[in-house]
Amino acid sequence: MKRRIFLKGSLAAGTLAVAAGAGMLTPKSVLAAAWPKAAFESKTEVEALQAFFGTSDVEQSDKISIKAPLQAENGAVVPVKVMTSLAGVEGIAICAIKNPRPYTTSLRVTDGGGGLYSTRIKMGQTSPVNCYVKAGGKLYMASQEIKVTVGGCGG
Amino acid sequence: MASTKMKIKKSKSGGYEVMVLAKHPMETGNRKDKKTGEKIPEHFIENMEFAVNGEMVAQANLGTGVSKNPLIGVGIPNAKPGDTVTVSWVDNRGESDSAEKVVK
Repeated sequence: MKRRIFLKGSLAAGTLAVAAGAGMLTPKSVLAAAWPKAAFESKTEVEALQAFFGTSDVEQSDKISIKAPLQAENGAVVPVKVMTSLAGVEGIAICAIKNPRPYTTSLRVTDGGGGLYSTRIKMGQTSPVNCYVKAGGKLYMASQEIKVTVGGCGG
Repeated sequence: MASTKMKIKKSKSGGYEVMVLAKHPMETGNRKDKKTGEKIPEHFIENMEFAVNGEMVAQANLGTGVSKNPLIGVGIPNAKPGDTVTVSWVDNRGESDSAEKVVK
């Protein structure tokens, strides 16, 4: 069945190495995209951006909106929704820069995907949360500070 | 399986949004077991893939910085009623789950 083949293919994809360059999807490499380990393990935001987007040259954009609380009730569950009207979205990433590993999550998008990604992240302390969007080959960002009174990274 | 739930709703900016709630501990590897004092090893969802009619449209990359029981929302602007949307995820131990829904 088509669905089972699809699922088998995508589960096996974790073992395939990503081709050279950034962790972005190209239509061909879509099904082979491995989990961006280097980005997740980066201790700095710049390293993480390089690992995932292939660049850390970024400009502010007012076409990215962030829906997130100004103060998190619980640092273990902080909702963040990133929306963008930029055209040609390739990827979205969310970094909580004061977390021990700032890169928390990302989304790779193909032609059928859109400029919307929402999730809930863990934050260890009050921090700016930087939301990046790669669109039309360029990297953009918007940021919002989220205050945290009860940290949520565990340990 | 009941551990992954999906909802599809119309998006204000056109098309649809898929919301997925995956039951998963998302352990950071920093927490200690209260009884043994040992650290609970990392256990987290790595990739979560979204497909429309069998074609992947997005891949969410999660890590230990994502909250327990991830609630993930992704836009699918080109989806239409009758399309089948599938979400499937795999974690760092190779465990996986999936769910499927038809756009109404």
